Amino acid sequence: MTVPLLELSGVGKQFGGLSALSEVSLHIKRGEIYGLIGPNGAGKTTLFNVITGLYQLNAGEFNFNGRSYQTPKPHFLAQAGIARTFQNIRLFANLTALENVMIGRHVRTKAGVFGALLRNKSTRNEERASTERARELLRYVGIVKAHQTLAKNLSYGEQRRLEIARALATDPLLLALDEPAAGMNATETESLKVLLQDIRSTGITVMLIEHDVKLIMGLCDRVAVLDYGRKIAEGVPDEVRQNPAVIAAYLGVDDAA
Amino acid sequence: MKQLLSPGGGTQPTKFTLCLMFAAVLLLPFATDALLGRGWVRIMDFAMLYIMLALGLNIVVGYAGLLDLGYIAFFAVGAYCYALTGSPHLALAFPLLFPDGLHLSFWLVVPLAALLAGGFGVLLGAPTLRLRGDYLAIVTLGFGEIIRIFMNNLNAPINLTNGPQGISRIDPISMAGVSLNATQEIFGIVLPSVHLYFYLFLGFAALVVFVSQRLEKSRIGRAWMAIREDEIAASSMGINTRNLKLLAFAMGAMFGGVSGTLFAGFQGFVSPESFSLMESIMVLCMVVLGGMGNIYGVILGGLLLALLPEVLRHSVVPLQQALFGKTLIDPESLRMLLFGTALIVVMLYRPAGIWPSRVRRRELETDEAAEIV
Repeated sequence: MTVPLLELSGVGKQFGGLSALSEVSLHIKRGEIYGLIGPNGAGKTTLFNVITGLYQLNAGEFNFNGRSYQTPKPHFLAQAGIARTFQNIRLFANLTALENVMIGRHVRTKAGVFGALLRNKSTRNEERASTERARELLRYVGIVKAHQTLAKNLSYGEQRRLEIARALATDPLLLALDEPAAGMNATETESLKVLLQDIRSTGITVMLIEHDVKLIMGLCDRVAVLDYGRKIAEGVPDEVRQNPAVIAAYLGVDDAA
Repeated sequence: MKQLLSPGGGTQPTKFTLCLMFAAVLLLPFATDALLGRGWVRIMDFAMLYIMLALGLNIVVGYAGLLDLGYIAFFAVGAYCYALTGSPHLALAFPLLFPDGLHLSFWLVVPLAALLAGGFGVLLGAPTLRLRGDYLAIVTLGFGEIIRIFMNNLNAPINLTNGPQGISRIDPISMAGVSLNATQEIFGIVLPSVHLYFYLFLGFAALVVFVSQRLEKSRIGRAWMAIREDEIAASSMGINTRNLKLLAFAMGAMFGGVSGTLFAGFQGFVSPESFSLMESIMVLCMVVLGGMGNIYGVILGGLLLALLPEVLRHSVVPLQQALFGKTLIDPESLRMLLFGTALIVVMLYRPAGIWPSRVRRRELETDEAAEIV
């Protein structure tokens, strides 16, 4: 079997005395859709922030695409190929949709101050390519009509899609989505599912946190369940659903039993 | 650029109107001289310097969203850079090394001052990378004061800055062997010194506008705006926020440094009192009042705030004399009163500045639309 794209072993994260993650080990294979579920406060977003460099891990090992990272900065991981969206949308609110996606191209382009001042041929070409790619991505997620609209004036669903387009603009190997379907209705969730499947078919590995169990079950190849900062189960969705530890975590367990 | 020139969003200026505007600006010193007197041309010269400063600060505050309350320090660094290297003063500090002082050419000092000021920009930026908003404002304010106090006190043990007395007898700027400090006749046109400086400053201001414009619409400019909007999201998108914030500080500081050298050469004299906190606040007000992030708004703000005190100085006393026969309010206190009122009025009725950037304008329009709905 080939080396997994992402591999965590024994990862721990403490905030003062509080242990948000402990001994979490998991691996994500190339090309799969990997779901991360768990009750509120289980540490899903913390794990996400560790994987995308917003938090530095206190213990354990973090390997991505064959390289080991100890205390990586977020921009470094974006460069390495991890792109993310946020649970509470964090777009560049006062910039247009197109500009938002073009900022995603930053990490794959090079023009510096001198390029900007001289606006030489390579800078102009790069700029044109960025604009084109950004437009293409907006079309891909289905909001190209709104390319001149300020991000903050887009509808909620469009903002979610714009965040995905912006993340895709960084040419990621792993796309990490933090509750992409939160607040969406059934139709929107369904079209999100189609979009994510399509993204996977282009070879991008997808990892997502989600509360919508139906979406997770219908979409993910494998699922991990976190509870109190520990991984309590992992496997194909149907297996996980039958797992007594998972049922206990979600429904509680009768102490007397 | 064309888009920005037409705030109404309708007509775009043709080449003809641009040429007309250019000609008008070229004739401005002559018209001012003829209508208002030579003193006003000098005031226009200072207005140009303020515009350059405001545009430099606009990079830091308007693009990258880093509130800098000590910006005048970079102006001071540039000014003292030329004051030291272009005057007899260094003879006092190092009589053996420079018996006549060091008289470097102005054109050599400009790039040096730009680099030095840029270095100071990085020096200010490095410890403040984690700070934002109010906290950043306090630290930058402190930095501005530190520089001023250094200039004030570096006359001992070695007399480097001549303390509060300042440095005088700074060499005037000369261009291609022609001193700008005397009336010159070029192609039969008599150009007094203030006119010559006006054109020099105009050239530099045009360069600053050009650089700002190019930066705004570039990969670097977009990255700055991303940091302004959301730093965490920006770094998650692969933007190296540390380097880009330092770059913004350095670029802004370079503009400040260059205008400082121009100031020193023009005045022939610098002293620490030209670089007080009030000056930093004034430049910030030009940026905010004019329209943060919009080059033309910032130019307008710089022009208005540089001219307002002079207009008052020349009109308030005669007006009061004519009306009441005596001076009731002195122009200086009226200036602050009007200035404060203007700020309040602008913030109430045009919160994005007099001439907001296209984005801020759209933003306000849609907010209004949302309120109506």
